[in-house]
Amino acid sequence: MSTIEERVKKIIIEQLGVKEEEVKLEASFENDLGADSLDTVELVMALEEEFETEIPDEEAEKIRTVQAAIDYVTNHSAD
Amino acid sequence: MFSRISGTGHYLPCQRLTNQDLEQRVDTSDQWIMERTGIRERRIAASDENVVSMAVQSGQAALQAAKLNAQDLDMIIVATTSADKAFPSAACEVQAQLGATKAAAFDVAAACAGFIFAMSVADQYIKTGMAKHILVIGADVLSRLCNPDDRNTIVLFGDGAGAAVLSRAAQPGILSTHIYCDGEYAALLGADLPTRNPDPITEQAWLYMKGNEVFKVAVQKLSELVQDTLEKHNLTADSLDWLVPHQANYRIIQATARKLKMPIEQVVLTLEYTGNTSAASVPIALDVAIRDGRIQRGHRLLLEAFGGGFAWGSALIEY
Repeated sequence: MSTIEERVKKIIIEQLGVKEEEVKLEASFENDLGADSLDTVELVMALEEEFETEIPDEEAEKIRTVQAAIDYVTNHSAD
Repeated sequence: MFSRISGTGHYLPCQRLTNQDLEQRVDTSDQWIMERTGIRERRIAASDENVVSMAVQSGQAALQAAKLNAQDLDMIIVATTSADKAFPSAACEVQAQLGATKAAAFDVAAACAGFIFAMSVADQYIKTGMAKHILVIGADVLSRLCNPDDRNTIVLFGDGAGAAVLSRAAQPGILSTHIYCDGEYAALLGADLPTRNPDPITEQAWLYMKGNEVFKVAVQKLSELVQDTLEKHNLTADSLDWLVPHQANYRIIQATARKLKMPIEQVVLTLEYTGNTSAASVPIALDVAIRDGRIQRGHRLLLEAFGGGFAWGSALIEY
């Protein structure tokens, strides 16, 4: 079983079409990984599906970096 | 007894509004619009055109393709939310202009999903034997509902009309239609009517849209919709020849196709040159692909649309 960090990074790589080495913890989706607003919506949807959770819009807006995504899932995942 | 598509037609106004034109009007860029929407240009109705005039043009083309006369029609249903008049309905005016004196005529309002809803109504009338030939039209001029200074909406919408004649047949035809609504989402996408009394409002009546939230629900609902539609017939996406989606946004279409694992080459796309024409978008795409030979008799098609309401729906068709 992969760790949460590995699973989150895999989703980011798939959704944003970026290379593994670019997905640093501090990387910002919009500033560093070339995501636009619709990409971040799709990324949140992919996280919701992978971790079987609902991320409210006001929480989703705060998920702007790789670390923030990992933190959110870690704190809200049933795993 | 089934209904089948006996003819299709569409009409697009000749005025083009390109992304470069929009760059002159508001703070936007061709690249920004292309990346987020996939739209390069839209058609804008001339001042002497409206929902009825465009609907008539598309309806005449569909009747011609079906080799039928207006007198053969039992019913005309116009899907629209941007007609000039509160009443009479756009469909009544279309009936008069076509000379379809034997046809009952009425409008259906389901925003961008309107054509699927109208087609669903027509399908029931034909399947039950109540009607033999029905003209179904989607026509909208949403460019007129957009605030000219709102860069988020004026880049999206264009004008046009598309039509299909449904006729009684022994074989399908339309295999099934599926329509759904959730009025809880009304605040995310809509346009109020200007009021007359006590205080006229105009500014508040512009089309409003919370783009990112609409995008999210649209992708979710459309993914469920297309999968449910196929499951009801024990079919998988590889048995489809064409996906004919509502042309709102390339990114929504891409997400739906990805969910179906359907190659984008099997998706009919017109939005690059039409923008979102609301209720007209599905029948325009359908007619374009029929006339250019992509869609052939015997092909299996999945039509889908999603719009304000929210209202969304699908039709599975053996063309």
